[in-house]
Amino acid sequence: MELFGDPAIWLPWTFAALMGLSILIYVILDGFDLGVGLLMPLAEETEKDRLVASIGPFWDANETWLVLAIGLLLVAFPPAHGIILTALYFPVFVMLVGLILRGVSFEFRAKAPITQKPRWNAAFFVGSLMASMSQGFMLGMYVMGLTWTVSHIAFALLTAVFLTVGYSFIGAAWLIAKTDGILQRRAVGWARGGIWGLILGIGAISLATPFVSPRIFDKWFSLPEFLYLSPMPILSLALVAYLWWQIRHLPRADDRMAWGPFAAAMALFALAFAGMAYSFYPYVVPEQITIYDAAAAPESLFIILLGTLFVLPAILGYTVLSYYIFRGKATELRYD
Amino acid sequence: MDTLILSRIQFGANISFHILFPTITIALGWVLLFFKLRFNATGEQKWMDAYMFWVKIFALSFAMGVVSGITMSFQFGTNWPGFMETVGNVAGPLLAYEVMTAFFLEAVFLGIMLFGASRVKPWVHTLATFLVAFGTTMSTFWIIVLNSWMHTPQGYELRDGVVFATDWLAIIFNPSMPYRLVHMLLASGLTVAFLIAGISALRLLWGDRAESVKTTLRFGIITGAALIPLQILAGDFHGLNTLEHQPAKVAAMEGNWETGPNVPLLLFAVPDEEARENNFEVGIPNGASLILTHELDGVVPGLNDFVAEDGTELHPPVAPVFYSFRIMVGTGMAMLALSWAGLYLLRRYGAGDMPTLPLYGFAAMSFSGWIATLAGWYTTEIGRQPWLVQGVLSTKDAVSDVPAGMVLGTLLGYLAIYAALTFAYIAVITYLARKASRGEPLSSRRYPRSGEAEVAVMHPGE
Repeated sequence: MELFGDPAIWLPWTFAALMGLSILIYVILDGFDLGVGLLMPLAEETEKDRLVASIGPFWDANETWLVLAIGLLLVAFPPAHGIILTALYFPVFVMLVGLILRGVSFEFRAKAPITQKPRWNAAFFVGSLMASMSQGFMLGMYVMGLTWTVSHIAFALLTAVFLTVGYSFIGAAWLIAKTDGILQRRAVGWARGGIWGLILGIGAISLATPFVSPRIFDKWFSLPEFLYLSPMPILSLALVAYLWWQIRHLPRADDRMAWGPFAAAMALFALAFAGMAYSFYPYVVPEQITIYDAAAAPESLFIILLGTLFVLPAILGYTVLSYYIFRGKATELRYD
Repeated sequence: MDTLILSRIQFGANISFHILFPTITIALGWVLLFFKLRFNATGEQKWMDAYMFWVKIFALSFAMGVVSGITMSFQFGTNWPGFMETVGNVAGPLLAYEVMTAFFLEAVFLGIMLFGASRVKPWVHTLATFLVAFGTTMSTFWIIVLNSWMHTPQGYELRDGVVFATDWLAIIFNPSMPYRLVHMLLASGLTVAFLIAGISALRLLWGDRAESVKTTLRFGIITGAALIPLQILAGDFHGLNTLEHQPAKVAAMEGNWETGPNVPLLLFAVPDEEARENNFEVGIPNGASLILTHELDGVVPGLNDFVAEDGTELHPPVAPVFYSFRIMVGTGMAMLALSWAGLYLLRRYGAGDMPTLPLYGFAAMSFSGWIATLAGWYTTEIGRQPWLVQGVLSTKDAVSDVPAGMVLGTLLGYLAIYAALTFAYIAVITYLARKASRGEPLSSRRYPRSGEAEVAVMHPGE
């Protein structure tokens, strides 16, 4: 294939890559703030404001990556969008209700009468739980080819639990970096309690995916691909070992390496995601529709791409600016 | 009930709930920028107090708008897969531009606007406020472009039943877009004007004598009184545009069955779709002809022109369009009367000594903008039926084949949540107003003006 030769080839590929990037950024960014929501019931009443403060300025923009990802699916691969979302009708509903509850609780818990605060804290947790569980469920169903059989549902329920615990881990890793004192020590404890979700989740997906279809099996376990791909699992194992070792030794007196677990968790999410992308390519609906079959008209994709080239760097730029402005340890959040 | 009607109700419920909050945030963003700039210019504390109070309501409304908006983007796929499959080549880029140019801008700078005042320079904070307001307006622009294109599509061609874009400028500047955009932006301005006037009136009734409350009451009344004539004018232009492009909708709005001259303006009627006539008509002779054609004997299209040979109705359901239109216009007239009376009372008594009765009036009209906006959207969207995209795609061809029971179950779930959240939202706004009326401080932080050196005030834990 000549690079930029046939727009019906490189445009779908580019959009699949952009969509993949959006999903990955979403999973990492909203992963940590959903995770913080999941940890709410474990925190003391007095710590809850700081938990929310650590994600308050970011969550809205984090969730926008989901809108972008689903938007790219919608605009670039319209038939796939319909098939995937109608197949996942109910889990999507659960996720949306969860995201609604969670998003409004941020504001309500700070503004409603103080006596109602525990109720909104509870809504915040329940919303986070619904969103995480349904996302994990949808991940499992997607891997299993979007067919509702008993064994597939069982697998999806398993991935729902693993992803939820995995989110709570990355949430705890975020808190290790963004808090100090007693809360930070507790966050390390939560990370120790949650790391198994991450490991089992990635393990389950990695083991199950090749056996879903012989095509994927061959993509991994034939020579020389197997050798080229071997750095991925090896690197993942190394990252898991690093995480394991770090959370045994954190927090350190001078707060050194407080960002270590979060960075390693990000890398692990990215590796796992790359593995999945490699497995499913070129299909957007597993084993049914490829990105090339589902792609919208090249002229429409080109119009979007043109805008993306200008806008995406700007988005990344001011996202970084926002994280820079709110750098440092999270303190009490002030609406002023 | 089948999947089609349930899906329509579900989408209608979601988008009705959603539009309540952007209607507030679009204009309130600019109002907050105005308060902030007034404070920067004058240094008067009342402007900052007004900002501090309304930014809380803005934050709450924004969160409600964001989460209900996410629902919308998924519903295209879960309930209306035929929409993107048929017109995705046009709708897709427009939605993508909305996400990329508006959503991220709003979301990122909202964080800085709400929580960043103590972390950035005053001018950066003012800039963030501007960018949030700008982002909400950009978002309005793109979504109105898409919505208008669904009413008056152009700049495309059909190949094998799928729409392909041929002329993007024609798509973006489609015939109804300018009218709809102006109508919606003014609707947002009016909603916010009456919300601000209403909540300020409520606080005055509760005995709040703060300068900022008098200022915001004055601001709300003057803005409302200034915008409502413009809105009536814009609505008239929009109606003429609809007459040109969607005559069946206008026929339903007027409740006119037979095409002809000298059509009366019906103030009230009960349309009977079975008998294809109206009962209990109360009308102004020649009124509809005069408004729509500016001539007493102008010809107004009738619904009976939009029935196929085999009896299939090609016009929208009459009663919902007919009634919603009257609710919208009636609310608008009430806004006109109240805001202009308010202007007179402001001159006569001033904001601080306004008599109790008109204050109750304003308080009662706090959410009148919501009613008018919803009624207006119902008029135009139900008026588009049976089309999803006028003349291109019918609503029934776009619906998904999800079982009706599933759609019903999720619909009930959404409705329960929306009812609870709308209740909580209004309750919290009134709670915030009551709290502020008791004189509890809105912020302990001293706000520096742009260009003024920030005095380092340390707070515990900062």
